[in-house]
Amino acid sequence: MRSLWVSSREEQFMATTNRPLSPHLQVYRPQLTSVMSFTHRATGIALAVGTLLLVYWLAAAAGGPESFQKAQALIGSWFGRLLLFGWTFALFYHLCNGIRHLFWDGGYGLELPDVYRSGWMVAAGSAALTVLAWLFGYFGGGL
Amino acid sequence: MSLRSPLARVRGLGSAKEGVAHWWSQRMTAVALVPLTFWFVAGVISHVGADHTEMAAWIGSPVTASLFVLLIAATFYHAYLGLQTVIEDYFKGEATKIVTLTLIKGACFLLALIGILSVLTLLFEG
Repeated sequence: MRSLWVSSREEQFMATTNRPLSPHLQVYRPQLTSVMSFTHRATGIALAVGTLLLVYWLAAAAGGPESFQKAQALIGSWFGRLLLFGWTFALFYHLCNGIRHLFWDGGYGLELPDVYRSGWMVAAGSAALTVLAWLFGYFGGGL
Repeated sequence: MSLRSPLARVRGLGSAKEGVAHWWSQRMTAVALVPLTFWFVAGVISHVGADHTEMAAWIGSPVTASLFVLLIAATFYHAYLGLQTVIEDYFKGEATKIVTLTLIKGACFLLALIGILSVLTLLFEG
């Protein structure tokens, strides 16, 4: 009874205040700013899942040569490499865009043209760092 | 209209008495993770193809092990703060929200512990 009463009061309140609605995602044209903001969250969640692999890898190394060999084989498989490539990009994107956020927190680069410029820098930078990391991994024989 | 200055209001730290603690912790772990991430990626790349002996010697050296412990601690603290924000934003029911937050916090603690103990194992047994 009580919840019914509350919801009817809420409806009444919503109807009378006529507050502006935030734009609907389905009909709102995606912009660099909104897409990058969403991607920051998505890569953050992906990286949190990716920590499972990091911890598994460390535990396997601590477990000895056999378990480490197994982990290396799993990570080295085509599917393992595909996941690792995705996580490499997620890591560099979240890192670069995180630095962009830190500049904003300091009060820098908040003008709209600067926001777009830093946005493109983050997109290009994270893509370049991902490619560089894998090139070094494959052909660099280490660093 | 309040006669309290903005500074006084900030010092009051709000009803939860936490002020900007969550925001600040997220930024501090972010700042720590910038160099640690670059170090981690460079370290992993330079050990591509290394066998167990080489990898254990690298992770188990005092400096590397220390940096790994810092990396793991900052990563899971930062991950929890971020996931907490996402859950608080999108989860509707209060009960599911609290249960999910508790589970995520427990998982972050457990994973951090396994990671750190693995590094310490390599440090002391290597």
